[in-house]
Amino acid sequence: MKLLKIISGIAIGVLILLVSILSFLGTIDTANVNIFMLIGTILWFVTTPFWMKEE
Amino acid sequence: MDQNNIDEVIEQLEVGEFERTPVPSSKLKGWKSFLGMYAGEHAAGTEFMIGPLFLAAGASLKDLAVGLLLGNILAILTWRYLVAPIAVSSKLTLYYQLEKIAGKHLVKVYNVVNGVLFCFLAGAMITVSASAVGIPFNINFTVPENIFGLSTPAFSTIVIIVGLVMTVVAAAGYNTVSKFANIAAPWMIVVFAACGLSALTQMEVTSWDSLVAEWNKGIGVVQSINGKQDFGFWKIVIFSWLCNAAMHFGMADLTIMRFAKDSRAGWGPSIGMFLGHYMAWICASFMLAAQIKLTGDISANPGALAWSAVGWTGIICVIVAGWTTANPTIYRAGLAFQSLFPSNSKTYSGVILAGLVATAAGIFPALSGKLLDFVGLYGTILGPMGGVIFVNHYLAKKMNFIQNYADEKRTGFNLAVLLAWVIPVALGLFFIFEKGVFAAYAVIPCWIASSALYVIIMKFQKS
Repeated sequence: MKLLKIISGIAIGVLILLVSILSFLGTIDTANVNIFMLIGTILWFVTTPFWMKEE
Repeated sequence: MDQNNIDEVIEQLEVGEFERTPVPSSKLKGWKSFLGMYAGEHAAGTEFMIGPLFLAAGASLKDLAVGLLLGNILAILTWRYLVAPIAVSSKLTLYYQLEKIAGKHLVKVYNVVNGVLFCFLAGAMITVSASAVGIPFNINFTVPENIFGLSTPAFSTIVIIVGLVMTVVAAAGYNTVSKFANIAAPWMIVVFAACGLSALTQMEVTSWDSLVAEWNKGIGVVQSINGKQDFGFWKIVIFSWLCNAAMHFGMADLTIMRFAKDSRAGWGPSIGMFLGHYMAWICASFMLAAQIKLTGDISANPGALAWSAVGWTGIICVIVAGWTTANPTIYRAGLAFQSLFPSNSKTYSGVILAGLVATAAGIFPALSGKLLDFVGLYGTILGPMGGVIFVNHYLAKKMNFIQNYADEKRTGFNLAVLLAWVIPVALGLFFIFEKGVFAAYAVIPCWIASSALYVIIMKFQKS
């Protein structure tokens, strides 16, 4: 469960939020940002139900 | 069924119910639980629609940033000092509290009115979700001038399909979508923030001044097409304070806060309000500003805005946000309508009726474009009942009239409540529809008038 929580955190914290901040700072281009965000979204919905259900 | 299962079922029933008894002290929760409970509550599909409407209405960015801050603080204070003390003291749901004052027949009338308003809100959510569903099929969401004008046939078809699917799911699988909403809430909040950041990137903003310049250019483009409009500081404050008036001034959140150990639970909505009605609204409004800069298109189409900002993630977010908001709204409206059906009818009849009404409302996209007015109207109509509860709780004994009148007199219909509710609301609606008063401005006058009228009628009745 701890691992799943970490993956969920990375999914929205890094792949969605951090990536959009980096895009704003000009480090990553838009096309890649959208792909990272979609991966983050998929990871969130795949992992979160397991640990959230437990809690 | 073994003892564990029996205990589990009893526990579930107890936690979920207490509809006609005060919540026992063993089930009360600390105020911090309410922070989490409300965190995802105000980041919903409506935020995608309301945010851009501020820019479209000509609000300045500074007024928006400060006005929303002040309005949200006032809303939180209203929950804390108006709703929470009554909820903690009486520990009853809104409906049972009202039944004790107004009588069960009048509560049914209130329920149906509430249900109809819920349907329009759910209709707007169906439109929002349909706007995103249409994007992959290149079906655009156009808003006709006429409030009951239709969009394109293709868009109307998508609305009907989305509405029917949501209706069936609300009737058959409410709990599943409700659990899904809990899972989606943190993700949605982060996607809202990402949409805002992406919009800033698209506008090539590097400082506050450049952001203000882009914002003002956006307003200029909107006003060159739609004509000059004004949405000033105090209008923003009043709107953001009272857009949830049915929940705080109207006391609907007594139902949630009755589980509170003490009045500090009234601080519960603070995180949710600032995420949903501050960050999300501002981010959503940035998306429209970015769209205007990139394409010159001024239409506040939530699907297209989110697609332009973050691609497929945005499309999924708009659909999920619309769906997870529409689901409980259709379900609650359905429960309110259920009283209209014979007692031997199927339990989902009310939900199906509510879903069909919501779908019909969703077909008219101009209704969702009027959300700023609608939420004010919602508070104007439902808020005054909170005034009656306030008077009953604090003033009845002091002013020597009967507290919980319907319960004491064993009547199903307290005419005093009906008059105290209907007269101010009728006047409020007259000023809104005939004199063009902004709907949110009518909420507090109607609430005060209802409170005063209830005192006067009860005193008169006693004499």
